[in-house]
Amino acid sequence: MKQISNEFSGTFICLDKSNVDTDQIIPKQFLKSIKKTGFGDNLFDGWRYLDEGTIDQETSSRMVNKDFIFNNKLFADSNILVSGENFGCGSSREHAVWALKDFGIKTVIAGSFADIFYNNCFKNGLLALCLKKSEISKIFENFNENSAQSIEIDLINQVLYYGDSEFKFELDDYKKKCLLEGLDEIGASLKFTDQIKSFEKNYQIKNPWLFK
Amino acid sequence: MSSKTLYDKLWDAHHVAKRDDGSSLIYIDRHLIHEVTSPQAFDGLRERKIEPWRVDSIIATPDHNVPTENRAKGLKGISDSTSKLQVLTLEENVKKYDLNFFSLGDERQGIVHVIGPEQGLTLPGMTVVCGDSHTSTHGAFGALAMGIGTSEVEHVLATQCLIAYKQKNMRINIEGDLLERVSAKDVTMFIIGQIGTAGGTGFNIEYAGSTIENLSMEGRMTLCNMSIEAGARSGMVAPDQTTFDYIKGKPFAPSGDQFDKALDTWISLKSDPGAVFDNEFSFSSEQILPQVTWGTSPEMVSSIDEKVPEPRDFKNKENYEDALNYMGLKPGTKLTDISLDQIFIGSCTNSRIEDLRIAAEILKGNKLAKNIKRALVVPGSGLVKKQAEEEGLHEIFIDAGFSWRDAGCSMCLGMNPDQLNQEERCASTSNRNFEGRQGYKGRTHLVSPAMAAAAAIEGRFIDVREI
Repeated sequence: MKQISNEFSGTFICLDKSNVDTDQIIPKQFLKSIKKTGFGDNLFDGWRYLDEGTIDQETSSRMVNKDFIFNNKLFADSNILVSGENFGCGSSREHAVWALKDFGIKTVIAGSFADIFYNNCFKNGLLALCLKKSEISKIFENFNENSAQSIEIDLINQVLYYGDSEFKFELDDYKKKCLLEGLDEIGASLKFTDQIKSFEKNYQIKNPWLFK
Repeated sequence: MSSKTLYDKLWDAHHVAKRDDGSSLIYIDRHLIHEVTSPQAFDGLRERKIEPWRVDSIIATPDHNVPTENRAKGLKGISDSTSKLQVLTLEENVKKYDLNFFSLGDERQGIVHVIGPEQGLTLPGMTVVCGDSHTSTHGAFGALAMGIGTSEVEHVLATQCLIAYKQKNMRINIEGDLLERVSAKDVTMFIIGQIGTAGGTGFNIEYAGSTIENLSMEGRMTLCNMSIEAGARSGMVAPDQTTFDYIKGKPFAPSGDQFDKALDTWISLKSDPGAVFDNEFSFSSEQILPQVTWGTSPEMVSSIDEKVPEPRDFKNKENYEDALNYMGLKPGTKLTDISLDQIFIGSCTNSRIEDLRIAAEILKGNKLAKNIKRALVVPGSGLVKKQAEEEGLHEIFIDAGFSWRDAGCSMCLGMNPDQLNQEERCASTSNRNFEGRQGYKGRTHLVSPAMAAAAAIEGRFIDVREI
């Protein structure tokens, strides 16, 4: 039975590029913040604005790049981003995920993801989802900047609905559980405290030079 | 018992528990911390009201935000208030939890991936993590070293473990002597050009073969450093006599009986004969010429004797057109016809003593070309700087017209005052040529230290073997 997850479904934005790196998602000057929020206005800053952005700046006075899809009002409420291969490559900065989340993106769909970015998504309740090249191409080909379209996601059965198409996607059970139940990873790992301590004790006997 | 790869051995030795979902808890030996990716993790600890699991595994230093001038002023030398707050926040966390710390005034301060090995804090067989993707550098010692996100930093602080899935095994073999003045940087850039920036995604890369065995530790660090640019979270080289000689006598390395005991373990750290790799590549050293990137991804790279390629020759040509537009380059331009505005020698890829020696050797008795507006040499640590000054290298750089700086990440990522101006073109020994990375609308070409030095003299790219 189809069980649409409303939180991960909605209108989408296409960014038809491969190798979108985390320096583009959130440029370096914004990493100086010591918080996890407030990055949304600077998501894709170098592409979204025609001037150089600085941290703690009022964005309303900035020169906007009207050609960039994130500035198209039709897509202002989009919560899905679709992009090409190797999305999120480069720096490990989790600020990239915080920026997407702050903007309102709940799901990132791509041909493939860089490892660290992929992990970071699930730690923050973002769904990162891989589709086949042909499936991504179909979405790109039908994308129209004059009307917002939606994608529906059935997380439980791992199916993506787009127009008349249904695309199955892979997702490991733990990541799915994290998204559905908002699992506290550190809390879950601390349940292994006894095992960690016993491992550590034996490990120290074998490798005493690693302990001070 | 079945044959294991080096990665398999390191994984097994640190495996604490298998979780229901198939992921594992992996025990972490060394946790490196810097100011950019740690504040939110420490906040998380406080919210949970828990303390770091094992304080002696942690070493902290500021590197990303720090200015590379006026070091004597310490924190006061940081004029940007947000940068200062980030460094101050690190200092507060260090104080609160009593962590090992190399402060701005300490000569041991430097880029986190330079100081770990330099201090003997990185050892064979370790698991090493840091909230920085270039943690792969430490794999040069036969360690399993991975970059992690801030949530993972918090997880490791809280549990001394990382939640991980086992990666697949890749081996890259390179055989033969490198051509004259071709270095580990050219090797890694060549590999990325061959396998692409996603070629190593989902893999640990083991580098092997006679070319790799003949590299110094500095060279191996450069090579492993850029594994992440090939998509691999970790890359490694099996430890050997070169490794052991480097470690011996380092401040935090084991000594006396402990060293001998450690050595017994370390010599077993290599892939067994017959170990199976999921993917394997083999190259000959003769294929590798000095490399230069011309685009906005490290895979957009060519040998110095080539031209900027035609976007239409690639599958996704729009990406290549965008890259060339950004870089202000026309297809068909000879790489040796590209003239430069700035030179940057530094970063966790190429700021070690060997890098400075080769650059100085080429620069000796020469001056910056007239069109070079600025050239920076930024040693990777206070100790690298001191060593270089003892050898007189700083005088060669200064005589040539370079600015001789204090340790830090500097222009690799422009989080500090060292940045490119708009449309300035830089020959850089760093690791990423992404848009805006070195400064808003700045144009980065990645090269080796030798090639950067040669470019400084000529004002354009030139095959360093012709100098």
